[in-house]
Amino acid sequence: MISYVSHMLVLPYVVGDVVLFVEIRWHGRGGQGVWTVSNLLAVAASYEDKYVQSFPAFGPERSGAPVLAFTRISDEPIEIHSMVYEPDAVVVLDCTLLGSRAIVEGLKKNGTIVTNYEDEPSKVYGVIGVEKGEYRIYTCPASRLALEVLKRPITNTAMLGSLLKALPIVKLESVFKAIEKRFPGPIAEKNIELVKRAYNETQEVK
Amino acid sequence: MSELRGWRELPLGGIAYRLSTDYKTGDWRALKPVVDTEKCTKCMLCWIFCPDMAVIWDGEKIVINYDYCKGCGICARECPVKAIEMVPEHEVK
Amino acid sequence: MAQTIPHVPPEKQLLLNVNGDEAVAYAVKQSLVDVVSAYPITPQTIIVEKFSEFVANGEVHTEFVAVESEHSAMSVCVGAAAAGARAFTATSSQGLALMWEILYIASALRLPIVLAVVNRALSAPINIHCDHNDAYGMRDSGWIQLFVENVQEAYDTTIQAFKIAEDENVLLPVAVNLDGFFLSHTLENIRILPDNVVHEFLGGHRKLAKTRVDYLDGEVPFALNPACPLSIGPLDLYDYYFEHKMHQVEAMKHVLQVVRKVNSEWYELTGRKYGDGVLEPYEVEDADVVVTVLGSTAGTVRSVVKKLRREGKKVGMVKIRMFRPFPHKDIAELLKGVKAVGVMDRGISFGSYGQSYLEIATALYSSKEKPLLVNYIYGLGGRDASPELIENFFKELIGIAEKGYVEEEIRFIGVRG
Repeated sequence: MISYVSHMLVLPYVVGDVVLFVEIRWHGRGGQGVWTVSNLLAVAASYEDKYVQSFPAFGPERSGAPVLAFTRISDEPIEIHSMVYEPDAVVVLDCTLLGSRAIVEGLKKNGTIVTNYEDEPSKVYGVIGVEKGEYRIYTCPASRLALEVLKRPITNTAMLGSLLKALPIVKLESVFKAIEKRFPGPIAEKNIELVKRAYNETQEVK
Repeated sequence: MSELRGWRELPLGGIAYRLSTDYKTGDWRALKPVVDTEKCTKCMLCWIFCPDMAVIWDGEKIVINYDYCKGCGICARECPVKAIEMVPEHEVK
Repeated sequence: MAQTIPHVPPEKQLLLNVNGDEAVAYAVKQSLVDVVSAYPITPQTIIVEKFSEFVANGEVHTEFVAVESEHSAMSVCVGAAAAGARAFTATSSQGLALMWEILYIASALRLPIVLAVVNRALSAPINIHCDHNDAYGMRDSGWIQLFVENVQEAYDTTIQAFKIAEDENVLLPVAVNLDGFFLSHTLENIRILPDNVVHEFLGGHRKLAKTRVDYLDGEVPFALNPACPLSIGPLDLYDYYFEHKMHQVEAMKHVLQVVRKVNSEWYELTGRKYGDGVLEPYEVEDADVVVTVLGSTAGTVRSVVKKLRREGKKVGMVKIRMFRPFPHKDIAELLKGVKAVGVMDRGISFGSYGQSYLEIATALYSSKEKPLLVNYIYGLGGRDASPELIENFFKELIGIAEKGYVEEEIRFIGVRG
């Protein structure tokens, strides 16, 4: 019997004949590398023999406008080709989007929210507009880290590191490999450093 | 024209199975170009302009290949010395 | 001809993370294509963008002809293919509409061009997202039309398309349809063959068919060649036009068999197959209710069938991989004994039904026990076909099968009232 499980049952995520099937939604703004980071996660998972899908919320991109991307990762071939309606996790690249209802829309009960957020962690509930205990929320000072490491406020790879702390669906090494394949040497190095730092500085909001 | 062939006997893709020279397009003609070799200066403008390559230089003079000349009259129009006259077919002796 | 190329196990196939457009570009890159001519249009653009990269990097020896319109792109392909080249182009929506008159020329001249159609809704209003009305618009143009479900199939089918098109019993152009955005812009991990294996599968460069004309001795290669000149595309009046159309009717009859053969050769080579290449049934044998579908939605429907089967419901699906020529007999055979059939169409012929409904109704007309038939028009302009939407009309169909009659033959689903 095959059962489709979300992350709540999957840490560690492969138990017996349980099949991994995870859906992640990325929130950001046009130009922040939202689709790129979704692709990076998918590519990393493919290195671990997972089946993957990564796609943007289809449409012409407009720089600065809120955009979405989706990643599906599974142990079995992914047949479904519709949008993601009930993600297991959402990742928010841009803290100015946190107040939007779109962040928690359809998110599974007890689902994971990973945020680029630097303020007092307990305040994050109010910013997102959810009650404590509804979701598992993680914060990461991604904008600050990106400025320190990349000297530019590009938070996509930082938030990938942060997601992996919250939801260890792929190994960090696989992500590094995907980054090395996607970016030229020095840029890859910096992004790998950023992923590591973001991973280490990500905290669950208690 | 020989008898019409069935589709199984035709070559691929609607290509012509006979040469285009088999079709004597001269019978489309209503007006016939007649060359006055006395007037002709052999400038060859008619040879240049003929769209059907029906004007032929036989080594001494201009002749018209009436098998393929459709009678468009471009040669007569372009001739600088008016050595070509377009004559209705039925008036040609 | 037996397949003699040894099987390539999955671990010997290269893992590639690409979207549907890139997968098509890779397939074309490996298919020894002589000429590519195209004009960019969303969501197809990535195909020619990627392919022109291959050209610029010297990775292929293809002549890439940049043109000012799709009409010219197809015209270049016609000229190239008439000269004996293997030619490819790609387009979407309005671009396909602009190609329309040349499509008929390509098929009637029996030129084995391959065209990737990245399905997109037609204007107006302007829309860049997926539906199948662009493909349905070329339905009667004499092209073979294949629809793919996922990125892997887009890669596989593009290579197969050259082999199908160039088969000496076929010699017809092939359109490979992939859903705009749902496939074109979705990254999936696929397995691709080594270049040399693809070359071998296709038998190297395009081989010319032979034909016979009165004025040349024996059979000559069917291509423009000053050494044995042919007039390609001359005038044909009521004396011969009808006979030449019979050639196209006849060629289409061979397509089913060739598509099946290529599908099984591909299976032996790669371990991947798509039903028999023409239709891909799933859980149909004992099903009371069956849904037919084309394109990427097939995967979503299959996942819903699995869910409903787990709940004990006798449901199934048929993915229609080939829309032209349409496999009327095969589908009638598959749907024997089914109580209710839902035909999904991501398109509509205004004033009539969805285009695949018309085919399936025709197919079933001479069946003794006809299933109840409902046409579900869905997903126009990229409206998403969610699992929930599909599950709902499966349940509606189960109700129809129980009641024994259809109230509304055509239903518009996922649209606001």
